[in-house]
Amino acid sequence: MTGPPPRRPSGGRLARLVALTVKETRQVYRDPSFIAVGLVLPVILILLFGYGLSLDVRHVPLAIVLEDSSPDARDLASSFQLSPYFDAHLVGSMESGRTLMLAGRVDGVIRIPPDFSRRRAQGDGEAQLIVSGADANFARIVQGYADGVVANWTAQHAGRGERPAAGPVLVEDRVWFNNANNSAYFLVPGLIVLIMTLIGALLTALVMAREWERGTLEALFVTPVRVGEIIASKVIPYFGLGMLGLALCVVAARFLFGVPLRGSLAALVAASVLYLLVALALGLFISSTLKSQFVASLVTVVVAFLPALMLSGFLFDLRSLPLVVRLITYVFPGRYYVALLQTLFLAGDVWPVILPNMAVLAAMATVLFSLTRLVTRKQIA
Amino acid sequence: MFQSLARVWALVVKELLAVLKDPRGRATIFVPPALQCLVFGYVATFDLTRVPYAVDDRDRSVASARLIHDLDGSGVFLRVAETARPDGAASLIDDRRALLVIGIDQDFQRRLEHGQAAAIQALADGRNSNTAATALGYLNTIVGRFNADWRAAHGGAGPPAVRLTTRSWYNENLETRWNIVPSLVGALTIGEMLLVTAMAVAREREQGTIDQLLVTPFRPSEIMAGKAIPAVLVGFGQSTVILLVAQFWFRIPFAGSYLDLYAGIGLFLFAATGAGLLVSAFARSMQQALLFSFLLIMPFTLLSGLLTPLSNMPRVLQALTLINPLRYMIDLAQRTYLEGQGLAQLTPDLAPMGLIALVTLTCAAVIFKGRLA
Repeated sequence: MTGPPPRRPSGGRLARLVALTVKETRQVYRDPSFIAVGLVLPVILILLFGYGLSLDVRHVPLAIVLEDSSPDARDLASSFQLSPYFDAHLVGSMESGRTLMLAGRVDGVIRIPPDFSRRRAQGDGEAQLIVSGADANFARIVQGYADGVVANWTAQHAGRGERPAAGPVLVEDRVWFNNANNSAYFLVPGLIVLIMTLIGALLTALVMAREWERGTLEALFVTPVRVGEIIASKVIPYFGLGMLGLALCVVAARFLFGVPLRGSLAALVAASVLYLLVALALGLFISSTLKSQFVASLVTVVVAFLPALMLSGFLFDLRSLPLVVRLITYVFPGRYYVALLQTLFLAGDVWPVILPNMAVLAAMATVLFSLTRLVTRKQIA
Repeated sequence: MFQSLARVWALVVKELLAVLKDPRGRATIFVPPALQCLVFGYVATFDLTRVPYAVDDRDRSVASARLIHDLDGSGVFLRVAETARPDGAASLIDDRRALLVIGIDQDFQRRLEHGQAAAIQALADGRNSNTAATALGYLNTIVGRFNADWRAAHGGAGPPAVRLTTRSWYNENLETRWNIVPSLVGALTIGEMLLVTAMAVAREREQGTIDQLLVTPFRPSEIMAGKAIPAVLVGFGQSTVILLVAQFWFRIPFAGSYLDLYAGIGLFLFAATGAGLLVSAFARSMQQALLFSFLLIMPFTLLSGLLTPLSNMPRVLQALTLINPLRYMIDLAQRTYLEGQGLAQLTPDLAPMGLIALVTLTCAAVIFKGRLA
């Protein structure tokens, strides 16, 4: 600002803002791609996350190589066959088990060695599980279920006059907020982060760059319109789309997937407004700084979309990251919003979690909008 | 024929110069894959290394101290608080200060000494139920070891336990990083390929330079090849960067042959570029190109088997994954890189990717021609 601006009736400012916003809004609604991203993408993602992605495994194909013909060994084999987690069938030899594994027809091989029941009588029964580590997460899940089958079998046999193998210390566990261990409970709220990021940052990433590329921004500068008004007019229509996306997600989470909303709706809306503003400001900032649609699109993917997917903590636990990477996650807005969403949906209005995270988001939005203003302003001079 | 090749070559050189001459363009193409590969290599794992927990030890006996000592010594469990009040546990979990709160009853040691079963309570924060289940799994393992030690030290004839020993092929310690990082060869490049091709064509259209190209002797198919080949070359560069990080930073052993892997990468890149060109055939502006690309990138990534197993998906979605080039690339990357399988076993991945490349490139050429005519 050089010198105080001449005083205008406040009606002029409002009229300019309304005119610009109407123009931007029309531009949005006439372009099918905005509607595609504002409405179609959220619906696709909701369906994919709700129905398609699941970390709960059932019917894992398994081969059993039974080298011991004792009743014990056959009994253990049949408990694998009865388990709902496995689709187990007997094969003749390790060789055929191996072939099935390599061909990808089974995900694991259980081998019950010839001396199984003899060694078990000596207190050292052993069965083997062979998994492919090519998908390590999946292999771990399979290993966990197989351990469970063996433990259950042992416990059942204990009931027939043998002493229990479990204990003396038993763990009674309870998972709070998600008793049924339903993965939709954390995937669907996490999905809101992705949708808000896509709507916020992607839609605005090219808006300013396009005006710079075409020279229309300079044309705007010679009009009485102020920089703040230009930025506001760019934000308002996309903000509307973002809120629409949020409404879709919350309705789907609540009524389609039965995810509880234990916190207050007002807090959820407030948190989402803040995050959406951060995402919009981030997109605008990238766009106004780079002034090239091509580069802006690539940069937005790297600094907005991928961190929201990987560094926000909605899939991967942030506490377990190495220190340097953990520090990086604090720079991106995703982790604050995920903490808010998971808490508001599943735990309730826990103010010690809500207030600090909202404060960080508010600060980020303020900083990014100021930077956008600064970058746009500098170029006029 | 030769003239046509020469024309395409000229276009390829021009495209590559346009992308690589700009230092920002160079940076946006080669730095992000390397950085993302580093970050994701550390992030993308469901293993836990730090589980903050609190303990409510109402027994304060030798036995309970021993159990807590075992937890602290695991290297995974970090004791953040000791709580005595019953509502302490609730607020520790609510505030996300502790992932687990473990309660030990007053008669813990007495019951153990009398040969009775003693229960401990574990409350887990289920806001991410996957993390909670993993943490409880670790806790059970540690308690299992405590039990074995206790039985060994205090007699109590061990019951005929059955052990399940697991052997894992290709990835002995089941490190998630080993299968995530090689998969990034596909997962990171697909977005870049789609965006680079779709945006490049959209830019020409927006700036009107495509009309200038049309008055030259170039045929539409040559113009398309001139867009596709540079993108594929850039993709090879990015894949190489990722493979270098995988081998020299993360030291993940490479079991297969580079020739096989690069053959797969080549087909995959053409398939991804074909999808990008298809997007550009429909996009009227760069904005549309970006947004339409994302309509493809998201489902491609989520339905690729990278984050969740394909076999968990409903049948309809499993059928949809059949047209996803990334699904085959991730499978192929794991098969060559970790399992060291040869071309014969890779055909189920190579053939569909080739087919997808053929279909997308042909469709894009036809639509492109129709739109220009």
